Amino acid sequence: MSTRIANIASNTFREAVRDRVLYNLIAFALLMSGAAILVGQISIGIERLVVVNLGLTAVSLFGVVIAIFIGIGLVSKEIEKRTLYTVLARPVQRWEFIVGKFFGLAGTLVVNTFFMAIGVFAALFYVSRGFQRADGWLFIALYFIVLEFLIITALALLFSSFSSPLLSAVFAFSLFVIGSFAEDLRGFAAMAQGGLRWLATGVAYLVPNFSSLNVISSVAHRQPVTAQLIFSNSVYALVYTGMALCGAVLIFERRNLK
Amino acid sequence: MKASLRITLIASSLLVICLVSSALALHHLDTMRGRATLDEVLYIPSPKIVKRLSLGYDGLLADIYWTRAVQYFGGKHVVGSRHYEELAPLLEITTGLDPHLTVAYEFGANFLAPHPPNGAGEPERAIQLVDYGIRNNPDDWKLYYNLGFIYYMEMKDYPKAADAFAHGSKVPGAHPFLKVMAAQMAQHAGESQMARMMWTTAYQSTQDPDIRANAISHLRALQVDQDVTNLELLVSIYKDRTSHLPASFAEMQAAGLLPEAPLDPLGHPYKLSPDGHVELQNPDEFPFAQKGIPPAYVPTSPKFLPSDMGGAS
Repeated sequence: MSTRIANIASNTFREAVRDRVLYNLIAFALLMSGAAILVGQISIGIERLVVVNLGLTAVSLFGVVIAIFIGIGLVSKEIEKRTLYTVLARPVQRWEFIVGKFFGLAGTLVVNTFFMAIGVFAALFYVSRGFQRADGWLFIALYFIVLEFLIITALALLFSSFSSPLLSAVFAFSLFVIGSFAEDLRGFAAMAQGGLRWLATGVAYLVPNFSSLNVISSVAHRQPVTAQLIFSNSVYALVYTGMALCGAVLIFERRNLK
Repeated sequence: MKASLRITLIASSLLVICLVSSALALHHLDTMRGRATLDEVLYIPSPKIVKRLSLGYDGLLADIYWTRAVQYFGGKHVVGSRHYEELAPLLEITTGLDPHLTVAYEFGANFLAPHPPNGAGEPERAIQLVDYGIRNNPDDWKLYYNLGFIYYMEMKDYPKAADAFAHGSKVPGAHPFLKVMAAQMAQHAGESQMARMMWTTAYQSTQDPDIRANAISHLRALQVDQDVTNLELLVSIYKDRTSHLPASFAEMQAAGLLPEAPLDPLGHPYKLSPDGHVELQNPDEFPFAQKGIPPAYVPTSPKFLPSDMGGAS
């Protein structure tokens, strides 16, 4: 079972690399080196902040875009090319196909994030002429960004399992935007009355909460991240990813592929 | 010529022509629209809405707005503008997006508070900005220092300046001068001594070349003011003794009033005018000096940053 999942995952990774997904690293490298050199000349006192904020924001946004646009095609492309039938004709379960695809894309994103992180630290070293101990919090911010990718990849797969690529992209991107407002949503729910309150609270807890996974501003100011937040975010991301993957598996298991 | 090569050549030529044409068209559009339409517009004036629209990436957006504020102020300051309508809103959005961006309070208050053309002439909004900064960063003593600085320099409100310095002096790691400043404020100490202490603190408390250059420029101006006052006092002593004004500093040296020819902080000799006033040879090098300015002197554009002054020293 695990071998089959690993094979599907490695094929998905190879396919993503062949699709030149990692070319985004060139754009990222240009962005970081440009920011590191330019900002000192056009602004005052924020060279380090810009490198951290811009670097981590770019890591996050590039990854979200990759997760959505590759994720939505993971199932539909296989159906379109009819390669899915070849895979399922072998002793591969449908759920193994979904989980393998998830790990393949997640692996691609982790590798991509790893190279981007090197770029962020290189630019940071350039503008700060060294590292401080508090710069280590950047690893936590990067870890949270990877957790964010896991959730979005799982959601993209979920939508991809029953919808067209275009609609899947719209759904996934909308959930990313709504999830960024998750704390506001809960605030609105608390202000509502009666049945609407229950409905709003339900929606607020159903959509992914990306705001708690975003600690870019804090680490840019060298503020520490509590161990409790790291633990809670890890649990939340794993549980939410598991939920979305289960949904994708359930739908895909029942999908008529004829 | 092969068909594919011909197509490549034609397409490449067209690409270059279109690229150049689009750049020219854009340049033409810029001249049609004018810079004001781009510089004077705040598309979204509410910090709260901008924060929501940032999708959580508010740190980067704050950096962008801060850079915009710096560019806005710098662009207007360099041409000696007296109107900075968008400066305060830009700073409010910046600090609303990232309340811990202390550089925006420190510099922003110094952009807002001074009278034009050195600043926007809005000391009340500068105080509001720094107050907001202190509420969000109560452990940063430099913000208390900035607050006291504005109360002292721009508002001449000595009790509030003393209060700000006293509060700042209690923050762990605060510069020891803050305690002295609080005491001096309470006693209404001599302005020149106080100002020297404040600019020295400003110089010592930062590594930023722009702030340091500005502090050095102010310290040099204070030295000029002090030199001119002292020299003009000596001129009046000479006149009391001899019943006429000295024709040069050499006469004062001969009379034993001066040990040597007096030099300004940059090493140029001071000038003695026929009416007994002491003047600077190069007033452009001392943009903040209050004394020693020749009567016919017309100031050039205000100096603020080291880039204005051709490098700090």
